[in-house]
Formats: sequence, C-alpha cells, structure tokens
Amino acid sequence: MKVPGAWYLALAAMLFTIGAVGLLVRRNVLVMFMCIELMLNAVNLTFVTYARLLDDIGGQSIVFFVLVVAAAEVVVGLGIIVSIFRRRTDATADDVSLLKG
Amino acid sequence: MVEAVWLIPALPLAGFLILLAFGRRLGDPGAGYVATAMMGAAFLVTLVVFAGLVGEHHDHRSVTQHLFSWIPSGGLDVEAGLLVDPLSVTMALFVTGVGALIHLYSIGYMHGDERYHQFFVYLNLFAFSMLVLVLADNFLLTFLGWEGVGACSYLLISFWFERPTAAVAGKKAFITNRVGDFGFMLAMFLIFATFGTLQYTEVFGATDRLAEGTATAIALLLFLGAVGKSAQLPLYVWLPDAMEGPTPVSALIHAATMVTAGVFLMVRVNPILDLAPDALTLIAVVGAATALFAATAACAQNDIKKVLAYSTVSQLGYMFLAVGSGAYAAAIFHMVTHAFFKALLFLGAGSVIHGMHDEQDMKRMGGLRKWMPITSITFIVGWLAIAGVPPFAGFWSKDDILINAWEKSPALWAIGLGTALLTAYYMSRQVFLVFYGGERWRKETTVRTPAAAKAHGDFKPHESPSLMALPLVVLAALAAVGGFLNLPFSDFLHLEHWLEPVYGDRLHHLTSGTGTKVALLVITTGAALVGIGIAFGVYMRHKVREEAVEPRVLQRAWYVDELYQGTVEAPGRALADLSASFDRTVIDGAVNGMGALVRAAGSRLRAVQTGFVRNYALGVAGGAVSVLAYVLARSA
Repeated sequence: MKVPGAWYLALAAMLFTIGAVGLLVRRNVLVMFMCIELMLNAVNLTFVTYARLLDDIGGQSIVFFVLVVAAAEVVVGLGIIVSIFRRRTDATADDVSLLKG
Repeated sequence: MVEAVWLIPALPLAGFLILLAFGRRLGDPGAGYVATAMMGAAFLVTLVVFAGLVGEHHDHRSVTQHLFSWIPSGGLDVEAGLLVDPLSVTMALFVTGVGALIHLYSIGYMHGDERYHQFFVYLNLFAFSMLVLVLADNFLLTFLGWEGVGACSYLLISFWFERPTAAVAGKKAFITNRVGDFGFMLAMFLIFATFGTLQYTEVFGATDRLAEGTATAIALLLFLGAVGKSAQLPLYVWLPDAMEGPTPVSALIHAATMVTAGVFLMVRVNPILDLAPDALTLIAVVGAATALFAATAACAQNDIKKVLAYSTVSQLGYMFLAVGSGAYAAAIFHMVTHAFFKALLFLGAGSVIHGMHDEQDMKRMGGLRKWMPITSITFIVGWLAIAGVPPFAGFWSKDDILINAWEKSPALWAIGLGTALLTAYYMSRQVFLVFYGGERWRKETTVRTPAAAKAHGDFKPHESPSLMALPLVVLAALAAVGGFLNLPFSDFLHLEHWLEPVYGDRLHHLTSGTGTKVALLVITTGAALVGIGIAFGVYMRHKVREEAVEPRVLQRAWYVDELYQGTVEAPGRALADLSASFDRTVIDGAVNGMGALVRAAGSRLRAVQTGFVRNYALGVAGGAVSVLAYVLARSA
C-alpha cells in the first residue's frame, strides 16, 4: 500500500506544532531543547517528502545540511545546559533571565 | 648696498628665534644683550642702506627688493618684497635707532624680572613686525606687520599679567585696535577690487583712473585703521591704559614706533589722499580735535606715565593735522622729533619710577633733581623739546605743522595753538611736580606698593645705573638737535627735500610770506612760554590751589571711558547675556531634550526584554507567522 504524500506532510506539520508549542509552554530546559529537535526534524521530514513527490534530489541533500547544523547546535546547546545544571540542579528556563532589560 | 635691506627685519627675527630657543639659558642679562645686539646690528644695516640710497640719483631713490612669491593664487598674486625709498628708510632708521636704545635701557630696567628673557623675545618680535610694516612693498605685507605690532603690544602691555589691570589693559588695546583693523582690511578689499593689485608702486601708478568717490572711501577706511593704531578720537582709549606695561614698552610701542604706524600709512598712501580732499579735511579735523582733547586730559593726570600717554595722543593728533593739511613732510618731521623726545621722556619717567621704587604718583614725588641729576637734566631737555621752546627739536616740527595748518584753515591753527599752550603747561607741571618743589616723598604715610613698603623708613631715591642713563643722554642730544633735520630757512639736511620722491608735487607748498611765517613762529613761541608761565605760577609759586586747576572731569578724561562703558560695553554685555541664555535654553535645551527623549523611549522599550526564553521564542514564532501570512496574502 502506498502512503499518500499529504499524510507525511500532515505528520510533519503536527510534529512541528508539537515542538513549537512545547517550546513555548515548557519550562524544563532539556525538554525545550528536545522540542527544537522535534521542529528541526519535522522540517526534515517535509523536505524528504517533497523530494519524493517532486522527484527532486535537492530536498534530500538539504536535509544533510540541516542534520549537520543540528548536530553542531546540540553540542553548543548541551554544553550550555550542562553548565547551567552544574550551578543548580532544579533550574528552569525562567530562572535564567540575565538578559532582562 | 641697498640690497642688504632684507637684513633689517631679518636680524630682529633672528634675535626672536634665538631667544625663543635659548632665551631661558641665556637668562638675565644675556638675553637682553643678544636682543640689543640684534637691534644695534639692524640699525647699522639701516645706516648702510641709507648711505646706499643717498648715493643713488635723486629720481631713482625707490628700490623694490623681491623676496619671494607669497600668495600666488590666480587673480590675487601677492609678492613679498621690500620697498626701499626715503620714507621707509627714514622710518626704519628711527625704529631701529630708538628701538636699539630702548632695548639697551631695558637690560637695566627689567633686571630681576622673573620672565626677563620673555620680555626680550616679545621686544624683538615687535621690532621685526614694525620693520616689516614700514619696509613692505604692498598693503598685505604692511598689514602683516600691522597685526604683528598689535599682537606684540597685547603681549607687552599685559606682560605683568598677574596684575588684573594690566591684563585688562592688554585686552582693551587689542580689541580697540581690531576696530581699526577692519577699516584697513575693507580698504584693502576695495583697493584690490579697483586696481587688481596690492603692490604700492602699481597702485600709485594707476591712481589717474581712480574716481573721487572710491578714493575717498579708500582714504577714509585706511584712516579708520590709522585712527585705531595711532590712538586718535574716538579710538584713543587704549593708549592711556596701555601704560600698565613696563615703561620701556611704553616708550617703544606707545611713543616712538607702533603708534606712528598710522601716520606712516597715511603718508605712504598720499597719492590716494591727494584725490580725496574731503577725507583730508576730516583727517585734519580729527587730528586737531584729538590734539586739543588729549592735551586737556593730560593737564589733570597725577600718574607720571598717564601724562605722557595723553601727551602722545595729543602729539599724534598734531601729525594727523599735518597730514590733513597736505604737509606730509611736516608730519614725518614731527614723528621723528617726537620719537626722540617722547622716548626720552618715557625712559626718564621709567628712571624716576625705578629710582622711587615703583612710585608713579607725581604728587608723592618732588625735588628729585638733587637725587637724580642725569635723569632730571635729560628729562628737562625733553620737556623743553616737547613744549616747543627754541631751538629744541619740538619747536621746529610743531611750528612747521602750525604754519601748514594756518594755510589749511585758521580755525585749525587756533586749535593747534591752544594745544601748544596746553602742551607747554602740562609738561611744565610734570617737571615742576617731579623734579622741583618740596620733597613730598619724605612725609609719605600711605604706602601703596610692596616695593615701596620695603624701602620705607630709610628711603632715598637713587639715580639709575649707567646702562639706563646712556640711552637717556643719547636721546636728549637727539631731542636737542633733532630740529636741524628740517630748518625752515635753510637747505641744510633738508628732510622735506629728502622725502620728495614719496609725495612728489602732492606736498602742500607754503604760500605765506616771510612776515606771516615769522609772526606765527613768534605767536607759537609765546604760547609755549605762557603755558610754562602758568604752570610756574600754579605749581612753583602756588598762586592757585592745585586742586582748582585739576577738575575731576579732566582727571577722568571727559568721562569718555564711562561713556564707552555705557554705550558700547553695556549693550555688548547685554547681547552676550542674551546669547548666553539662548545657548543655555534653546541650544542646550535641544541637545538635552534629544537625550531625554531617547532615555524615556529606552526605559519604555526595555520592558520588552523580559529575559524569559519563551517570550523570545514566542516573538520568533509570531514573527515567522506574520511574515508567512504576509507572503500568502500577497500571492493570493
């Protein structure tokens, strides 16, 4: 059975929405971080779907770039998170508000 | 020999530069000797140039030495050059000669001053400026010297700037001079617009195509400059105050050289004046009015130098009276004799002040001729010269001017005669108060200056050192015989003939008969003797109380300073206050208001920066959604 392309797109949209809403409503830094990953991979899924639907390899190659950037982002982001938790283990995102004007 | 002329200004300039670099190391009195040597050398060079010029044929006594191209800029092309002619050499002779004597005197007078070398730095720079002024071959270079002497006079008048009065006097001199300088500048613009050049020879060669209106405008504007520099009504106010400077400065700048620059300029531009008879009349009237006005003020001054200051203003008035009467030779003649006897009188006054430990009030002097023989004898020679007693220098030059004034207008002559009487009176008053009468300094109770306080007790006036006495003796000799430069009845050393290339046939030639001349001569002499007689009656025989002949209005010089304070200073101050408050409220208000606006906007906008990551994320999401909505709306 061939799954229609629109389903994939719908799935990606749902994943992106979950990620975006999660990022906005959750206070746990680690969870927010996972939400970002979720959004990134939702976009990846969209790219791959369109690559298949339109028969264009460009979409798939873009995904590689996204994965590379995401990997780099994970390194930096986790580094920040680890250093935050080193100071206090129960920190939420709202506790880190040094940039308040 | 004439080619050496560039050395004349170059030597004082060299002295200035040497003293600027090594003056502190040369110190007291080394710096003074270096400066004096430079001036002496400049005088010798001037003598050489003078000899060279005499050697030339009478018609070829005008040599231009090109130095360098100063401002080559298309239409305006100014060459820096020196013009050697009888007028400039005569000026250079007495500027360097009298200047060297005053430099020599200063070595002794300034001894012990803590800024000794600096004084000679200024003095040499001043001499350089004055020589550039008289030797320049174009208006702009003359103006350079003109401004130079103005700046140096500021520096020298306020040399003792620790004294507030000296600092104020320096500013007053500078600002008053600036008023006249505007006239000079406007005249130069007009000359350049008319002739397209500023070189003297080119301008004077083209005067035949000058309209009378333009000539009058140029003459009056130049005269305005001369009025400022030569301290005539109404811009004379700076000169009496300039006596705050050290006494050699008063002698050099305010008697012998700087103030004569205005007269020199008028004589230099005589081809233009010749085309503007109305301007000439105005010059004569201003000169006569200044002469009388300043003479009346001099009659009631108690400061020994203030008397001489007003006297200088008055004598300069005589010179302008001569210029206005077309008697250029008489003006230069009186300038030269005046340089001799006024420098002598100032240096003598300086010697008295020195000997009296910085006392300047004549009412606290008296009987000094026993204590200061050289000073008193030379001063008396100067007195006889300025009072117009024959055969001293002032008699001949003043008489020359008065005869010319008589032919211009008997009214001007009468004013000149009245001034001659007053001159004899106030100078006799000074001599009697200082050198004759009781020794009033003995019963001195109130002590003004710290130096006088220190000397109080066993105080005795003393004669000045020989270094200061020598210039006095030389100047006294010159003041005694200076009149023979231009005797009216002979051709011996005739200044008028020597200066002829400068004014050609534009000189006013006397038309009066010998009888009139002799009568005028006798009347002038009589006036001088009457003046001396009155002073003798008042200050020696005490026929009248001294206070009765020294009314307050004369002591305050007719309240002109107060008038200027009311009419010029007060509105100027009000304007300054107004612009200051405009600056504070409007300008500062705009600048500070802008700052306050930014600050207020910032404090409102900073609320956006909450520091919560989710808020930023919401912003990003909202932004992305609105961009997307916009794109979709456009493409739909």
